[in-house]
Amino acid sequence: MAFLDISSVRKVYGQNVVVQDFNLAVERGEFVSFLGPSGCGKTTTLRMVAGFEQPTAGTIRIGGKDVTYLPPNQRNIGMVFQAYALFPNMTVADNIGFGLKVAKKPAAEIGPRVKEMLELIKLPHLADRYPYQLSGGQQQRVALARAIANKPQVLLLDEPLSALDAKIRVSLREEIRTLQKALGITTIFVTHDQEEALSMSDRIVVMSEGRMEQVGDPFDIYNYPKTRFVAGFVGTLNTLKARVLDPGAGKLSIDGQEAVTSRPLNGSPADSIRTVALRPEAVALGERVNGGNGLSGTIEEVGFLGSVVRIKVRLGENAISLDTFNSSSVTPPKRGDTVSIAFTRDDLLVLEDNDAH
Amino acid sequence: MKSERFGPWLAMVLGTLYFVVPLIATFEFSLRKRRGVYSFDAYASVFSDSRFIESFGYSTFIALLTIVVGVLLVVPTAYVIRLRMPRMRPIVEFITLLPLVIPAIVIVFGYLRLYNSSSFLPLTGTARSTDLLLVFAYVVLAMPYMYRAVDTGLRAIDVKTLTEAAESLGASWWTILFKVILPNVRVAVLSGAFLTFAIVIGEFTIASLLNRPAFGPYLQLVGANSAYEPSALAVIAFVVTWACMGLIQLFGSGIRGSSAAPR
Repeated sequence: MAFLDISSVRKVYGQNVVVQDFNLAVERGEFVSFLGPSGCGKTTTLRMVAGFEQPTAGTIRIGGKDVTYLPPNQRNIGMVFQAYALFPNMTVADNIGFGLKVAKKPAAEIGPRVKEMLELIKLPHLADRYPYQLSGGQQQRVALARAIANKPQVLLLDEPLSALDAKIRVSLREEIRTLQKALGITTIFVTHDQEEALSMSDRIVVMSEGRMEQVGDPFDIYNYPKTRFVAGFVGTLNTLKARVLDPGAGKLSIDGQEAVTSRPLNGSPADSIRTVALRPEAVALGERVNGGNGLSGTIEEVGFLGSVVRIKVRLGENAISLDTFNSSSVTPPKRGDTVSIAFTRDDLLVLEDNDAH
Repeated sequence: MKSERFGPWLAMVLGTLYFVVPLIATFEFSLRKRRGVYSFDAYASVFSDSRFIESFGYSTFIALLTIVVGVLLVVPTAYVIRLRMPRMRPIVEFITLLPLVIPAIVIVFGYLRLYNSSSFLPLTGTARSTDLLLVFAYVVLAMPYMYRAVDTGLRAIDVKTLTEAAESLGASWWTILFKVILPNVRVAVLSGAFLTFAIVIGEFTIASLLNRPAFGPYLQLVGANSAYEPSALAVIAFVVTWACMGLIQLFGSGIRGSSAAPR
């Protein structure tokens, strides 16, 4: 049995179904991210695991124990909030030691543990400071130390990096992951930032409108998105309407030009319309190579993004954006140029939802 | 530029004069007890009167009790309303404003009808129980100020997240209230406490009609029988009130770490 088991969980507010049919088994020491846009139910699900919300239906088990209706203060969880939530009246050391004091641990145990936590977050010199004397990144590290000081069974992180600036966010996410791995603590991380989820997680649960769209490791989620939503939410994606020519051979027609996919077409009949997708980085300017796909079109836009140049090629009804690395020695094509583009059969994704809109 | 500044300065000077001139006049009059020279004889007379010490001591004791009962009543109420029942806030705010609308004399007559010695709860039956009734009455009188002060303090901190953070660390409701919430609204509580103190020290109607030896009735008694002492008492009462206000300012600006706003 999984260490954290969320089974058939559903949450309804009045007429509004916020989370439905949520099933997830998290192994001990695993780092799982809930990824999705605002209002997709990811935070509500996390709050149900924490005990701040009660499920309308379903069960939550931690370490084999049913905690569905257990109050938060009896669950032995650690939680880090977006707004840090450090106690303003307490010093850094007192904040970290709060959970230990509440658990009535002896002072001889609390002191060394707090010191250990301060060393772990590399802030031993700030033990006597108050939260208002710390930067956002420092506050969140203290919040993390406070959450893990009491050795919780599960660590819950509710968008902990959202309030921080970009550089701190990147360094702190690496720190969190390193700490989590070192301590082997089962962790759930809620985020709407795909880069965070992809870089930190063992597994990602992509959510939309209260449903689990896809569960998988970062590589699978990015490279093999099952639905149009997942493909669109995780990374930038070109979605194209394609007519099925030969389902067995994976042959499709995109604006009258033939393309082949190695992905199964799942019994789509010939002449049906399917949604296919291409990552911008999977498409290159140039002729097809070794049995790959080649299409031609007209350049509609050229966007300079620093290290990358994003080029939009109009095929007909469909348009494809592709990324090329910026190089001072290569002049990017201009608007109106006719170009050939190439991509492999593997890169032409077929999405599950057959709604070619 | 100068004409632009003249208006605000004129308004400030007029406002200051409106408040300060009567006060200076009262103070000046209180110094005239000895004929022909200024002296503090009126103050000496007041401080040497044992009834002054007794009534001031009594009112101080009642004020401290009122503050304790008020804090124990208002802080958990304002906390629960903000955290769990935000929809009830307008109703609770209306209730807490009622003491400003209903005159103290109406409240005390209500009490006398309800708690007289032949009623089901004869709180006016003994001196001690009447003191208790007086404390309850003062809690009601001070409620608009105490509730607003505490509510403003709670608004300045993220009550919900702090509560959830403490809960996730295993804290019980009592621990959260007394270790997390109360220390973070202590400036607000102190403001409410000093306002309560100022109200109780000067209150006359309820103390007089409940026949308690408080400072308010003493002020009235002295005022009815002497010339200079009432002015001295008025100045003393002002000093006490200003001391309370000064303490609010001192604690308001002096205590750090009482704001939850992250930087």
